[in-house]
Amino acid sequence: MDWSPIILTFKLALVTTIILFFIAIPLANWLANTRSKFKPVIETIVSLPLVLPPTVLGFYFLIAFSPGNAFGSWIDETFGFQLVFSFTGLVIASMIYSLPFMVHPIQSGLSSIPTSIKEASYLMGKSKFQTLTQVSLPNSKASILTALVLSFAHTIGEFGVVLMIGGNIPDKTRVASIAIYDEVEALNYTQANQYAIILLLFTFLILFWVYFINGGFLKNFWK
Amino acid sequence: MIHIDINKALKSHDEMLNLQIQCAIEEGSFVSIYGPSGAGKTSTLRLLAGLMEPDHGTIIVSGESWYNKKQNINLSPQKRNVALVFQDYALFPNMTVQQNLEFALQDKSDKTIISELMDIMEIRKIKDRKPLKLSGGEKQRVALARAIVQRPKILLLDEPLAALDHILRKRIQEYISKVHKKYALTTLLISHDIPEIVKLSDQVLCLEKGQIVKKGAPLDVFLNKEVSGKFKFVGELLKIEKQEVVYILSILIHSNIIKVIAVPSEVSKLEVGDKVLVASKAFNPIIYKL
Repeated sequence: MDWSPIILTFKLALVTTIILFFIAIPLANWLANTRSKFKPVIETIVSLPLVLPPTVLGFYFLIAFSPGNAFGSWIDETFGFQLVFSFTGLVIASMIYSLPFMVHPIQSGLSSIPTSIKEASYLMGKSKFQTLTQVSLPNSKASILTALVLSFAHTIGEFGVVLMIGGNIPDKTRVASIAIYDEVEALNYTQANQYAIILLLFTFLILFWVYFINGGFLKNFWK
Repeated sequence: MIHIDINKALKSHDEMLNLQIQCAIEEGSFVSIYGPSGAGKTSTLRLLAGLMEPDHGTIIVSGESWYNKKQNINLSPQKRNVALVFQDYALFPNMTVQQNLEFALQDKSDKTIISELMDIMEIRKIKDRKPLKLSGGEKQRVALARAIVQRPKILLLDEPLAALDHILRKRIQEYISKVHKKYALTTLLISHDIPEIVKLSDQVLCLEKGQIVKKGAPLDVFLNKEVSGKFKFVGELLKIEKQEVVYILSILIHSNIIKVIAVPSEVSKLEVGDKVLVASKAFNPIIYKL
């Protein structure tokens, strides 16, 4: 069996999750605390990938990233690489595709921290950043774990966006979901089944792990 | 001295409240704020801590301007060195008792004050526990210790004893009194309990609808008249019983109920639940050695 689509899938999910985590924290923190009138606008944009068909996202990425376009050619000239049909492009698209799965749990975790706890920290001379990293985030561990795992699992399950902008290049953009589709098209059911079973088992285990932990087993140590 | 002269329009219980606080507080004194719910007591503390911004006015603490609308000065809560004990204690759930205290410590190289406060507040035994595993009284003591660890210029206590039972309340009052003196703190306490105010404070500010309506020494404020009794106890009227000619009043003083005779003219002004002062000067006390 060719393991490379599976390895590529997990590599994509891991890289996406890690980078997205650091982007989502300031965004979620802003959404949890702001009273700005732009909040509904930003919230809508963050939530869009939840409802849009992945092909819509993929289509616009394809247009935007293509070297024939201003943005795509600017990236090509400035950084010397293409975003279409490349791993980097997949990572960027996956980050946007999984954005709500990372931002929403962290935002709700941070919103549930009582104001008095943050104010107590400010009165002790701690800055907003120190309060976020030393008080608010450590008290949102369950939400952060949920966010990380959901983003990871959701990226594994990605198909439409990858198909649109990644194509089917072995070791670069041929992730497991694409490989399954490809094998089925070639009537290669045994191979497709192997990939499918692996994905099914992995995603089951990941989700089970989250529900198990958040369901109470480790909660006692966290609060 | 601490000079406060501030205005703030607040929306409380669906009606507008114009909070106007003008007072001078001597450093090192214990001041209580007394008044009905929605009078602006908590807001006063929050304004002083910098968690809320006044509309106009000035706050000057030992000659330093903390807030001055005209000069555009508004020190952030981080820079005021004020400690506030919140009604819900606001302990950090992710940290143990010891870590909570260490987090508040300003000079990390000298941890003696933590050790000292653990003994005063009797929390050494629970230092490795997290807040979720503490009882109400323990949380209260930790919150108080944590507030003092930072050696604040002003200690603000927002009804910290409201949720505690009578015996625990008395114990915490003693802790508060002890640390207030030991660390020469300027303390502001919100309280609904007149005996507590009389016991702890040098000065009381009575707040009603956002205004200070009375201020002064607690007994002068709550009594409205001069009493030169030899014994004075503040208690709560529990029961009024009518006898043939007189009334018998049952009064709760600390945890003891005492019965006192009263004439109809005295009773006419009283209701069950009233805070009363029991004073005596005509009798010689009997003293037993314990």
